[in-house]
Amino acid sequence: MNSAEIVDRLRARFGDKIGDFDDKAGDPFVYVQPDAIDEVCGHLKNDEALAFDALSNLSGVDHPKTSTIQVVYHLYSYRHRHMIVLKVSANREDPVIRTVAGVWRAANWHEREVFDLLGVRFEGHPDLRRLLMPEDWVGHPLRKDFVEPEEYHGIKTSRESPIHGIKTSHESPTK
Amino acid sequence: MSITGLEVEVERDDGFETEEMTLNMGPQHPSTHGVLRFVIKADGEVMRKATPDVGYLHRSIEKIAEKVGYASFMPYTDRVDYVAAMPCNQGWAMVTERLAGIEVPRRGEFCRVIATELNRIASHLLAVGSMAMDIGAYTPFTHALRERELINELLQELCGSRLTFNYMRIGGCAWDLPPRFGEKAIEYLDHLEPIIDEYNALISFNKIYVERLASVAVISREEAIDYNLVGPNLRGSGVKYDVRRDEPYSVYPEIDFDIPVGTGEAGIVGDSYDRYMVRIREMKECCKIIRQCLSKMEPGPVIAKVPRNLKPKPGEAYVRVESARGDMGWYCVSDGSTAPYRLKIRTGSFAAMSAIEHVSRGLMIADLVALIASLDIVAPEVDR
Repeated sequence: MNSAEIVDRLRARFGDKIGDFDDKAGDPFVYVQPDAIDEVCGHLKNDEALAFDALSNLSGVDHPKTSTIQVVYHLYSYRHRHMIVLKVSANREDPVIRTVAGVWRAANWHEREVFDLLGVRFEGHPDLRRLLMPEDWVGHPLRKDFVEPEEYHGIKTSRESPIHGIKTSHESPTK
Repeated sequence: MSITGLEVEVERDDGFETEEMTLNMGPQHPSTHGVLRFVIKADGEVMRKATPDVGYLHRSIEKIAEKVGYASFMPYTDRVDYVAAMPCNQGWAMVTERLAGIEVPRRGEFCRVIATELNRIASHLLAVGSMAMDIGAYTPFTHALRERELINELLQELCGSRLTFNYMRIGGCAWDLPPRFGEKAIEYLDHLEPIIDEYNALISFNKIYVERLASVAVISREEAIDYNLVGPNLRGSGVKYDVRRDEPYSVYPEIDFDIPVGTGEAGIVGDSYDRYMVRIREMKECCKIIRQCLSKMEPGPVIAKVPRNLKPKPGEAYVRVESARGDMGWYCVSDGSTAPYRLKIRTGSFAAMSAIEHVSRGLMIADLVALIASLDIVAPEVDR
């Protein structure tokens, strides 16, 4: 099945919980409401004709311009060898999305990573702790407005270049 | 103590209480392949739970990508998985080419595949060698590294580096193969193939070794897919799936090779021995692929004309490549500027690491080492 057919099948069952479908630029994807993502994923996994048995990837993308954080789900079916991309938009100030850790166990760590680096809270997650950063870290580094702290427990996070005239990456422009 | 299946249950009726012990393993431990740590709750020798604690090697590679731009990010991809850096190079090049709509010249694709497959052999040699060492057989490790050294020499001739290659570029490869590279590579493969048999005679079919791994840390087909295990770990559980075959890219559709899967030849399908043997057999398949590539190559350019300041159109792409540790996902969002808006690298070791907490339940502490080694976890790939 291609993405458009899968989306039609989902619309027939979930109605307005399924948002816009976009196949104009790059990989096609479809928006899903944040409070329905676990139901939709459960259906995608258990429906025999869809059978998305693997969560291939789960990532978060920060969009300060629209004041949203998107979580992107790449699902893959080993049985039918097809793929679908789901997107969930959450409010950037207090992003809350239903967890899919109960659908695929692979989601557990992926969601912990997104919580750690982007600060999205996954409602119903069994063990939502930071994964990569230290537990007492302040802020979420993959947010676009994250400012690196000057120091961490008395350890400086940058230093002057010991060679006169060579700028460190902290001083040079970012883009 | 009664042992039923794989679950070890401790039952005592002699009046002594057993007490749960909390043990710390790592972050520096000779058998953990890099810096990673486990907090183990154990009842005697039997683990109730082993919780991985990762992040010691987090270098924020994804955040760096947002700053340095498309072409300049290539050397950083080497550091995602330094044991098999070529597939990481290829993944990054492919996702950018998909976004920007760049076609790689045919010879460039062949160069990429040859380099990647040589690197895959090197990575598997390290995996099987260090696996033997982790469970107490030191000599096979030296044999495996001896052969790996020759690949390092070959790749050094190709791109000047032995580990962090930075060989590929967006649109192709940095250089063509050096003179006589093909002959040397074939000479090496002629040397390696009998060595793999010798290696099998030395360790793979050794009775002590087989019994040490058979039926240990079994991962069923369903669990493997549920945890999104990939590559040799998935195939060890009996799933015949390889990105090179099932979602073909580059020149793989033209090449004839087999996909070894675990069959439970020594115990149960999906045990540590199956994962080990899949890697041994894959090395021979890599040899086949390299030979075919070398015979099919024709003269031509190895890199396409790519603008110096690459600005792909806004959009996003998700590309999967078969790295030495399996299906590696590259999700890249472009906003039309010179650097990616967001890059996510989904690696094989990340999935394998997340499965350990579940799989290790009921294992002996010594078997945790066998489990980590058989999953071929490379710590920097988990943390990125």
